[in-house]
Amino acid sequence: MPLFAGSYDGASFFELLRYDFPHLLPFQHLHNVPQLAASERRLMEAVPFATTVLALRCADGVVMAGDRQATEGFEVSSRRIEKVYKADDYSVIAMAGAAGPCLEMIKLFQVEMEHYHKIEGETLALDGKANKLAQMVKQNLPAAFQGLIVIPIFVGYDLRLQQGRIFKYDVTGGRYEELQFYATGSGGKEARSTLKKFFKVAMSREAALALALEALVDAADVDVGTSGPDLIRGIYPVVKMVTCHGVMDVSDDEIRPLSERLIAALQG
Amino acid sequence: MAVPFYVSPDQIMQDKAEYARKGIAKGRSIVAVEYADGLLLMAENPSASLNKISEIYDRIAFAGVGKYSEFENLRKAGIRYADLKGYAYSRQDVTTKSLANAYSETIGTIFTRDPKPLEVEILVVEVGETPAQNEMYHVSFDGTITDRQQFAVIGGQADRIRTYLQEHYQTDLPLAEALALSRRSLLAGYERPPAEESALEVGLLERGRVGRRFYRMTQAEAARAMAATNNGS
Repeated sequence: MPLFAGSYDGASFFELLRYDFPHLLPFQHLHNVPQLAASERRLMEAVPFATTVLALRCADGVVMAGDRQATEGFEVSSRRIEKVYKADDYSVIAMAGAAGPCLEMIKLFQVEMEHYHKIEGETLALDGKANKLAQMVKQNLPAAFQGLIVIPIFVGYDLRLQQGRIFKYDVTGGRYEELQFYATGSGGKEARSTLKKFFKVAMSREAALALALEALVDAADVDVGTSGPDLIRGIYPVVKMVTCHGVMDVSDDEIRPLSERLIAALQG
Repeated sequence: MAVPFYVSPDQIMQDKAEYARKGIAKGRSIVAVEYADGLLLMAENPSASLNKISEIYDRIAFAGVGKYSEFENLRKAGIRYADLKGYAYSRQDVTTKSLANAYSETIGTIFTRDPKPLEVEILVVEVGETPAQNEMYHVSFDGTITDRQQFAVIGGQADRIRTYLQEHYQTDLPLAEALALSRRSLLAGYERPPAEESALEVGLLERGRVGRRFYRMTQAEAARAMAATNNGS
């Protein structure tokens, strides 16, 4: 049949690829590259890595932010990479790890959400989305053992519970809900300690944005893989927010003054 | 061994076509109408959950009449086709022309090869960046594909509705008026107007939206919009 030759007949795009078009999966081709596995360090130097991303809950929902640097060993491979993406109308996904597989998995996840919606006529529940993502991360495990780690953070607004929710993952596809905040990537630990210190329950949007930026600036301060706001080139972290009204981009115009204030504070 | 009777291909095709036509004639019609800001699809559908109109991709929508299970399978296959193509290449590369051709080939092959033809007729429509770039394809039960402009009609009462639209269609109608026109055209399909109006299913492809342009109008929204035009005129 010219229209569709596959055998899969469900609502999941990811499963459709697994059954009928495995060559289009992001990770399948990474499973058989033993020569690269010989040295994880060499792989880390050969492949760009996306670094710090974070999320925190606030009064209206969740704020998600990521710096803009991709790092290849000790080199900056990109200053403008984006790691935070809208997954669908009510959820946002961000990833740290090997940039190629990360971006491919984000794309696959976006199509998965949309595909399910179109086939079934309904959107998945937030838990359903989070679980689907866990299965995708699990598929990447063989590649993760070779150093091509992919670690997402997934946040969304749960329309049923009327609140924002944060999910973190491990390389085995383990899915854990965080109630306040989370950060991952090479600067994740540093960002988490800032978040931990200043996080308050039900913060305003402004306070949450400022804290997200501060955590990124602190991460960039210590971690060479993470960049802070680049005032010279005008490159700012990507920040998105999800509330009961859906996903919103936080514009550079809003991020710029906050960044300038933070950097002025660093100058003492 | 028994030798099967010879039946001429002519006869086989005629029988199949008649069979398919009968199946389709049972279903209510669907209209697609170009209006000022996009394209609208309207069907009479008493069920709120078993849809006849659906989103396929960013600018592309689908409508089917006839046997539900058959056009539902075609709809899903179309979504898979579009999503796969968009994933493997890019979102701009998913075109209505290639999708409609794929539908045409698939339905045509089934018509010639399988003992039972599909009892369906479908519309595949796309809202373009400008009204001139709108596309509407009508694929019938034997795979025949036709390119339509301004409006397209499928289903059992198509001829009468088409005649009505030919007389009353105007270009660049605002949405509310296009909705009212579509509803009147569906009513024109009846020999005798029904005592009670059937529930309407309405899908829009709105040019002004970003990304996925399909919007499913609720019954109440459609009714409100049409009530506004009645008061105005």
